[in-house]
Amino acid sequence: MPAEPFIRLKGVSKTYRSGRKAHLAVSDATFDVMPGELVSLVGPSGCGKSTLLKILAGLHPHDGGELKMGSATHSFDPSRDVGMVFQAPLLLKWRRILENVLLPAEILGLPQKESRERARSLLALVGLTGYEDKYPYELSGGMQQRAAIARSLVHDPKLVLMDEPFGALDALTREKMNLELLRIWKEAGKTIVFVTHGISEAVFLGTRVVVLTAGPARMADNFEISLPHPRTLDMKTHERFGEYTRRIYKLLGME
Amino acid sequence: MNDTAHETLRRYALAIIAHVALVAAWYLFVKLGNVPRFVMPSPEATLDALLQPNYSWWTNIWVTATEIFGGYFLALVVGVALALAFSWSKALEAFFMPLLVSLNMIPKVALGPLIIVWFKYGVFPNTIMAFSICVFPILLTTARGLREVEPELLDLVNALKGSRWQLFTKIQLPGALPYIFSGMKVAAILAVAGAIVGEFLGSDRGLGYLMLQVQVTLDTPAMFMAVILITLLGMLLYGLVLGLEKVLVVKDARVS
Repeated sequence: MPAEPFIRLKGVSKTYRSGRKAHLAVSDATFDVMPGELVSLVGPSGCGKSTLLKILAGLHPHDGGELKMGSATHSFDPSRDVGMVFQAPLLLKWRRILENVLLPAEILGLPQKESRERARSLLALVGLTGYEDKYPYELSGGMQQRAAIARSLVHDPKLVLMDEPFGALDALTREKMNLELLRIWKEAGKTIVFVTHGISEAVFLGTRVVVLTAGPARMADNFEISLPHPRTLDMKTHERFGEYTRRIYKLLGME
Repeated sequence: MNDTAHETLRRYALAIIAHVALVAAWYLFVKLGNVPRFVMPSPEATLDALLQPNYSWWTNIWVTATEIFGGYFLALVVGVALALAFSWSKALEAFFMPLLVSLNMIPKVALGPLIIVWFKYGVFPNTIMAFSICVFPILLTTARGLREVEPELLDLVNALKGSRWQLFTKIQLPGALPYIFSGMKVAAILAVAGAIVGEFLGSDRGLGYLMLQVQVTLDTPAMFMAVILITLLGMLLYGLVLGLEKVLVVKDARVS
């Protein structure tokens, strides 16, 4: 029996208005996200992928189509069940790493003792044991982003939204973080929506890829990636991996 | 570790040597150049001025210190409070900020005669003088610091349906702290100038007042001493601000 989707988008669109000008940021986004999936949203800048993420985060209302978050089996609380990771780690400079990770728990008023324990175990999960009492500036960019991932998980959200989280890292660190993310995703068992403009990153990470195109913004395709898990870097040389990336290049008119 | 400790020690040693060298140069210049005492007194003559009981050094130091620290503290409270009010109400900021920027262009020293007309002369008007010169840098830097919130951090708080108060206490205010301190450091130097100018324009006590008195009798050593004491008061205030910053602001977040 197929499970019910955790998130369902049907023709979702969003128009920003400034004065008389209307700018269509997202149109006809139609795809499902199953519980526990890692969906990549890929496309060039201006394709509306970040807007879509903000709609899912409940920060901007959509103005057309249908959006359903949560299902009978997987409930969704819009204020508690969203974790966010951005391109910049955005750690608070004046807080130690552990206190940074605790920020969402503090905002939600979760019990302190449990949250601290959880934050510690999450820091262990992202490989930052021993850095709890450091300040952000004492960590490298990749390590700061690991801390930001731990922060996005501290309140145990069901959905984690990531907006080009590895876009600012060097290529090698980025590959390493991709593997780390897959491990964290497996262990934490979260549903992740991952925005990127890296085509091979989208294919390598995603159980499903949603391709968006710009000018005008619209959804071009949505397909499953049937590469086995756990993924390994040598899969990037597989024939099927190449087929997927070619398909995306074609959709984006880059062939 | 040992290297940085060594480096710090070296820097302190050099700082002390530079100061001692200045005093030595001063001493040699006066002695070898046969400079008359009323033009430039020697370091010992300057120190001797402290022994003059009729200059009531302690009272004058106390008065000037009250004006500097009082005006500074008042400016800190008012400046930060106004900046907070602006960060809470966009309308308030839109209305008052341009006005305050214009008012900031007034050379505060030019207000001196007016302040005397309004508040007579004495400790209070000079405190107001120090206040008026200090309040703008504190207000402007604090307002700027409170404005500088990363939009994505705002998203993070909003996605969790965090309150305005939480945003303020957890992100805005601690984020503004380095800016507040950069304004406070500028203001610490200005506060001293404000108080002294106030005393020049009208007062019956204080180090600035004393300088005018001894100018008449050409007691240059006492004038030198007064300048040194004023400088020390300024250094004390600046040092306190630096110390407080060291305690409150994480190294990396400091605005230099």
